[in-house]
Amino acid sequence: MLNQNKVKNFLDRTIDALLPLAAVPFALLFGAVLLIIFKVNPLEAYQSLIQGAFGDKTGITQTLVKATPLLLVGLGVAIAFRGGIINIGGEGQIIVGALAATAFSINFPQLPRWFLLPLTILMGTLAGAVWGGIPGTLKARLGVNEILSTVMMNAIALQLANYLLRGPMIDPAEIEAGTRIAQSALLPKAVWLDKLVPKTLLHSGAILAVVLAVVVYIFLWRTSIGYRIRAVGLNPNASRYAGIPVKLYQMLALTLGGAFAGTAGAIEVIGVQHRMMEGLSSGYGFAGIVAALFGKLHPLGAIPASIFFGGLMEGGNKMQRAMQVPSALIDTLLGLIVLFVVSAEIWSRYRARRRQMNG
Amino acid sequence: MDELFQLPVLLGIIYSGLRLATPYLYASIGETIAQTSGVLNLGVDGIMLMGAFSGFYVGMQSGNLWLGLLAAMFVGFLMGLLMAFISVTLKAEQGISGIGLQLFGLGLSTLLFKLTMGGVESIAGFPPLKIPLLGDIPFIGEAFFNHNILVYGGFILVPLASFVLNKTTFGLQIKAVGQNPQAADSLGVSVTRIRYTTVCLGGVLSGIAGATLSIALINLFQENMTNGMGFIAVALVYFGSWKPGGVLVGSLIFSFVNAFQVWLQIKGINIPSDFAVMLPYLLTIVALVFAVRRAAQPAFLSKPFERGEM
Repeated sequence: MLNQNKVKNFLDRTIDALLPLAAVPFALLFGAVLLIIFKVNPLEAYQSLIQGAFGDKTGITQTLVKATPLLLVGLGVAIAFRGGIINIGGEGQIIVGALAATAFSINFPQLPRWFLLPLTILMGTLAGAVWGGIPGTLKARLGVNEILSTVMMNAIALQLANYLLRGPMIDPAEIEAGTRIAQSALLPKAVWLDKLVPKTLLHSGAILAVVLAVVVYIFLWRTSIGYRIRAVGLNPNASRYAGIPVKLYQMLALTLGGAFAGTAGAIEVIGVQHRMMEGLSSGYGFAGIVAALFGKLHPLGAIPASIFFGGLMEGGNKMQRAMQVPSALIDTLLGLIVLFVVSAEIWSRYRARRRQMNG
Repeated sequence: MDELFQLPVLLGIIYSGLRLATPYLYASIGETIAQTSGVLNLGVDGIMLMGAFSGFYVGMQSGNLWLGLLAAMFVGFLMGLLMAFISVTLKAEQGISGIGLQLFGLGLSTLLFKLTMGGVESIAGFPPLKIPLLGDIPFIGEAFFNHNILVYGGFILVPLASFVLNKTTFGLQIKAVGQNPQAADSLGVSVTRIRYTTVCLGGVLSGIAGATLSIALINLFQENMTNGMGFIAVALVYFGSWKPGGVLVGSLIFSFVNAFQVWLQIKGINIPSDFAVMLPYLLTIVALVFAVRRAAQPAFLSKPFERGEM
């Protein structure tokens, strides 16, 4: 009897975890209808998307390159969410993380790699933490809605980057050549991440992201700070009665969320672009939210989720080139998937309640 | 800087300030009504983009701006209906649903724009409509009474919404549903019906807000042309303490700062334009900080209603 219950419980949990997957055919179907209206064969379009994302070595490695920042941002979003805080500020946190990593490594090129590389990443982490910590503090101290403030922080970070990349941080070579493209100088080679597969863009940052996912899992479920963050998210009132300083942990949750997105920004400059440029983030901040939700806000669930969405982004680019279908289709599908996944929560709740009633 | 205090310059800033306030007014008043009934719709920006695109596209294709406006309202209504279904019927977390709706609207409007038009085109928008007599007052007539019809509409909406919310049965029902849905329900007010109505109405108004950009003020459509205005509009609701009059004050402060910022850029005053563009976003955060101090938030904002709970 006990065993039977265990099996049933396990099945229930599995179904809950897989529920978001149902969003995918639904979103693809909507996309297909749109494509048909515009006289594009949806099967061909989707085939070029899958082919582009997973069809060959370039596709797979590029998918993983895109999955890396998604996973890092997704981890930050998951921590914040677990603490009851919605972090929409990934985009801005990536930007300031990338700016800080760039500024630091360019100014200390003479330092040895073993010292400069970790410190460069750390600078990105810290900058992201500050960018998340500001709305986190405003939320905790003054009750300012963190969704709105993080959206505003995104816009501010974007303008800050525009200013720095056209002014103080612009590549001196751009001024000399008179082209004035808004990008920084190349970073010293000492901070470039190693390639995992030769002649591709896949870099060791991908491994770091997976390791961090495991660390976040241990942090949230095996440490007392992580436990308190989750308690505050589940029930702030009960946590307060239990003596947990709720506001402090809310602030911490958003600061950590920013720290992970800032790390993503640093990894993106030292792993892929090797310089800070306009449009470096290209929507990772938002897609990371989708990946986190899709992974059910579980750090390990975020790993397959970010590979999936990395593939969607990469395949979307290929589809745009091959079929002239604008990659905005992917953003539309992302939005639909978010709507579907949050809506599907009602079934999860319903099932949980039925479980309780059945004892 | 002395130039700022010359009459023509001031009047110019007032003129463009009133224009810029219009989209905020439509979107924030719509959001005020939805939030008063207890639904936080954070997808305003996405609805505005869809309204801006459909208003522009239909207006251009048919050659009739009113038809464009109608299309924007209809699309706004559909987006509102989607949000209402997700947040009221399916009781989903409203913060994230709103972000989903925004991503969806941003993606879809960009996609449709690229598939149907490809490049930026402009349109002859709603022409200015001089109000007889008032428009002829020297100096201020031009700044205050020579706007297009959608600008006037935005300002008329304020007392109208105030009247509906405070003086009609419908308005009181909206407030009751936001403050105490259990009690409202026990008195026979359908929480579901009221919330569907307000969220759809908010959608229609956000659709108009988008259309004011594309067919009355800027007169073109561009990818992500709102640039986060929809989020600022939501922030203005907090700033205005859920009162149409308060929202009006907030919208005016915002749009005047913006008009001033544009003037600074045109004059080439010595601050980097990036910081000038940053100003409204910084101001929004400051506004949110001050808004919290005099909170009058609807008690059941963003909480789904379940009969027989509590």
